[in-house]
Amino acid sequence: MTEEQTNILDQLEAVRAEALEALRGAKDENDLLAWRARYLGKAAPVMAAFQQLRNAAPDLRPLIGQKANEVKNALEAALTEFGEQVKQARLRASLAGDKLDVTLPGRQPERGRLHPTTQTLREIYRIFAEMGFQVFQSTEVELDEINYGKLNFPLHHPARDMQDTFFTTDPDVLLRTHTSPGQYHAMRHFHPEPIRVILPGMCYRYEQVTYRSEIQFNQVELLVVGENVTFGDLIGTLEDFVHRMFTPDTHIRLRPNYFPFTEPSAEMDVECFICGGKGCQVCKHSGWLEILGCGMVHPNVLRNGGYDPEKYSGFAAGMGPERITMLKHHITDIRYFWGNDLRFLQQF
Amino acid sequence: MKLPISWLQDYIDISDYDVEALAHLLTMAGLEVNSIQLVGLPMPEESTHEFKISGLSWPKDKFVVAQVNEVLPHPDADKLTLCRLVDDEGEHIVLTGAPNIYHLKGIGPLEKPLKVAYAKLGAELYDGHQPGWVLTKLKKAKIRGVESSSMVASEKELGISEEHEGIILLPDDAPTGMALAEYMGDAVFDIEILPNNVRNACVYGVAREIAAFTGRALKPLDLRYEEAGDSITGQAMIEITDPALNPRFVVGLLKGAQTVPSPYHVQRRLRLAGVRPINAIVDATNYAMLEIGEPLHAFDYDILTRRAGGKAPTIITRTAAQGEKLTTLDGVEHTLEDYTILVTDTAGPLSLAGVMGGLESEVQDNTANVLLEGANWNYVNIRRLTKKEHITTEAAYRFARDLHPSLALDGVKLGLRYMQAWAGGTIAKGLVDNYPLPYSEPVNTLSVDFVRARTGIPAITAREIADLLARLDFHCSVSGDTVTVTAPGYRKDISEGVVGKADLLEELTRLYGYNNIPHTRLADTLPPQKPNFGFEMRNRLEDLLSALGMTQTISYRMTNPADEARVLPEQSVLDDSHYVVIANPSTPEWTVMRRSLLHALLKTVEKNSRVDERIAVYEIGPVFLPVAGEKLPNEEHRLALALSGVRERGSWNRAARKNDWIDFYDLKGVVEAMLQLATAEVTYEPAEHPSFHPGKCARVLCGGVELGVFGELHPQAAEHYTFGKAPVLAGEFDLVKLIEALAPKRELVPVPNFPPVLEDLAVVVDEETSAAAVEAVIRKGGGDLVTEVRLFDIYRGAQVGAGKKSLAYALTYQSMDGTLSDKDAAKIRKKIIGRLEYELKAKLRE
Repeated sequence: MTEEQTNILDQLEAVRAEALEALRGAKDENDLLAWRARYLGKAAPVMAAFQQLRNAAPDLRPLIGQKANEVKNALEAALTEFGEQVKQARLRASLAGDKLDVTLPGRQPERGRLHPTTQTLREIYRIFAEMGFQVFQSTEVELDEINYGKLNFPLHHPARDMQDTFFTTDPDVLLRTHTSPGQYHAMRHFHPEPIRVILPGMCYRYEQVTYRSEIQFNQVELLVVGENVTFGDLIGTLEDFVHRMFTPDTHIRLRPNYFPFTEPSAEMDVECFICGGKGCQVCKHSGWLEILGCGMVHPNVLRNGGYDPEKYSGFAAGMGPERITMLKHHITDIRYFWGNDLRFLQQF
Repeated sequence: MKLPISWLQDYIDISDYDVEALAHLLTMAGLEVNSIQLVGLPMPEESTHEFKISGLSWPKDKFVVAQVNEVLPHPDADKLTLCRLVDDEGEHIVLTGAPNIYHLKGIGPLEKPLKVAYAKLGAELYDGHQPGWVLTKLKKAKIRGVESSSMVASEKELGISEEHEGIILLPDDAPTGMALAEYMGDAVFDIEILPNNVRNACVYGVAREIAAFTGRALKPLDLRYEEAGDSITGQAMIEITDPALNPRFVVGLLKGAQTVPSPYHVQRRLRLAGVRPINAIVDATNYAMLEIGEPLHAFDYDILTRRAGGKAPTIITRTAAQGEKLTTLDGVEHTLEDYTILVTDTAGPLSLAGVMGGLESEVQDNTANVLLEGANWNYVNIRRLTKKEHITTEAAYRFARDLHPSLALDGVKLGLRYMQAWAGGTIAKGLVDNYPLPYSEPVNTLSVDFVRARTGIPAITAREIADLLARLDFHCSVSGDTVTVTAPGYRKDISEGVVGKADLLEELTRLYGYNNIPHTRLADTLPPQKPNFGFEMRNRLEDLLSALGMTQTISYRMTNPADEARVLPEQSVLDDSHYVVIANPSTPEWTVMRRSLLHALLKTVEKNSRVDERIAVYEIGPVFLPVAGEKLPNEEHRLALALSGVRERGSWNRAARKNDWIDFYDLKGVVEAMLQLATAEVTYEPAEHPSFHPGKCARVLCGGVELGVFGELHPQAAEHYTFGKAPVLAGEFDLVKLIEALAPKRELVPVPNFPPVLEDLAVVVDEETSAAAVEAVIRKGGGDLVTEVRLFDIYRGAQVGAGKKSLAYALTYQSMDGTLSDKDAAKIRKKIIGRLEYELKAKLRE
């Protein structure tokens, strides 16, 4: 190999070493651009080697060209690799400097909500809708004759003492004391078809307003009328409801009771779903919660509704959505419901 | 009803039941036990109780029967005495201040030793000297030099009654040393008697229920007594004027009785049952009533004779003359209505039949001869009287619930038996029993198929039906698959026909056990399902408003006219003819049913104005509008909306802007969003409504139908409420019309496949020209190709001149058929501008 040969090849090697050394010193993209201009630009030594190739001896040309290519490729590869490293480092630095306090509060859209009673009512509607019960509504101001008479409360009957009534200045008109007048209206509406409805709505009783009693409250009543409805169906239907409204293993029990518009009549208790029947404050350590009254529709009520009680039978049940809401959410004061304090309403 | 359970033991053996087990049995039978008061019996051991239990237990090692052999004087205190007594452990000297043994002080060993209730060291009992029921524990102490660590107890100290005048003196045969709880421990059940269950408002009725549910033997009533006197015939006569009001009247006669106190156990039971002991004669009537449920009345026979001018008295029952007067034994003079049934004699009224005796003829301190009444009355008349006169007596309570006439006879017999046993005397032979309207027991027939079909008890047989009902004394005869059932002769709550069958089903299922009936699912035909548009849309509207950030409220529906008048600036109070008026309001606040849902919601805003800086609420519900000539009001359902407070809450990076209150356009935005998918074009017009600011009130129409109004509350109306600084925006809508406007009937507008052209347009118009007018002209000018017109700026000022405003719009041009060219857009723009200039004298603002 001639001296000239060796000289050029050594120079190229020196350029490679120098360039790679310089590349390691690059800190940012500007350094990289400068480096590229210097070592891979038109005036760069490697490029000059290509320029000088035509001056070299023809037999040396392949050797020098090969070497120059090798160095150029190596430098380009090093630039790509090192450039990526510099970019990553820069991104890391940028992310590290851009950190939020994620515990600061977010920007909430204003959230509306349904009244807790509406929420409970909706749940009751949904469960019974799936069992084929439709909602049927009637008025809150009602005739005495329908609130009581059609429901088998004869005038002067002691059962009238069970419900303290708000009367209006028209002696025939009162504020309904229960949703049961809806039974009469529903029968008159559906007759002679069978009936499967729920009757929700506001009712009124003359009470002192205290943490446990209100002058107005909602009721939801069930009414089924058909040719083949049994007491067992009543219990089974209520049990299905309880299993969905509370927990699937909630036990129920029925106690005999008296309502003029049903016979037999019963009070239904559910095993306390707070303590599982072991006894707690909510169930007053009894293990049971009284949640609804029910029974088989009284023959006189069926007859008043247009259904022959020898042929038809039916059942009815009534519950208080406020009471159920109170039990579910441990609300101990019923006055919250119509108090409309946003601090109460916004918890639901 | 208060029932000391020891009394039950006279008729049925329940000694193996603890109090909770017994209460559970009764509750599950339909005799709900509300609470249990222990009077000596031990507290059940479980930590959780099905029943509310209070009262005092007497541990066997702390409370015993003791015998006082001598009453010694206290060496250092004149009012105190020392009892030398013996209990199960030996002799003790016990200090007492009891006045009822004071007279025995220092007379030496007693000839007839006293039996007392003795509480030992460590016993817990009630402090007799403190009002109410304060527990105290007996400790070692010295009182005036004498050691005192135990005591002889009064009824109050043992929790039997409030009685603390002296110590209890037990009957002579009380066994010394016996645990007191064993001797007379008791528990009082407070039992809820259902309206159709008056037969169980007595000891014997409850015992009968226990017998039916346990199968245990019920001891028969002992109605026997010795009749040693002359025949009653001719000594008392009875005339019943109206048998429908007084189906039966029975009297017996006892002569030579004494008004002595009743035996201790009688007095104790009466007190535990809530009845004050008086004397043996009166106590016997009450005791018999509590035992079998028939109220009795004892007349002083000599007074009746005197009133009859020395002749045998004649009792006459009749209704009162309107305005007739009678003073009852509580000293109250009653002016009577003509439906009141009276017991009278030839000299005038004696008592309010079945309710309360008269003052004059009641048993006196020196009564010796007693005419005892047991009768039966029409419950309707009794009830009307007690309701009108606000009388509650044990007698009226029972008669108003319709007693069976058989009880009149049994009652008189039982009353005479006890009266003679406790007050002495001689009973006249026979009774006068006037029974003009005998009650015949209803007979019903039940078929097995009917019972199975109604109860859901699948395989019950005729024999089983008969056996179950026989447990409650129904007389049953089985023939094939039917059972013929005759009701027992002491209850009137069983009817005939289809109602009678229901009555029997109730008793049958009750005895079978409600909780033993198989639970089944409805197998009957599913009724035809009907549309329920209004109800479903109401739910959707609630969801929509909640999604728009509004919180649902529910208010009291009662109000008073003056309060509701606050919603109007001049506060003119409507008279009662505009309202559904409550005849018996519970408070002056709530005298009528509301007419304004808006007012109800404004009260909610008022209430929360200090609770929250931003209020967004709505309520859906009825208002009650009387209709001339109609019994019932129109219950018009409405929606009310209200907004007030800051537009945006302050935040850590967004300072609250001062006085940036929610205004008209925020509420309008909610209304627009609510009606975004309405069935027809929604338009807004300036409106006048007394509750709203005249310049900030709009009427909303959908397809020309008015849905409601909204706006900023009139400042004069707002003054009537306590609001915060922010204006209150509110509105009231007709729910039915709103729901119709929101019916989901819209047809899809296809989504375009071509790009739109967007451009801005600013025009200067007169101040009076409404934005709605400008938009309408833009749409008219541009035609169908203008798909969106959005106002994004309003400018007033020097650049446009006085009385003018500049409105800047972002317009969207869109064709369904292709991409619009610049030339197309320029054409549309030119048309729009031409229209604006021509119709509104508008000028383009470059």
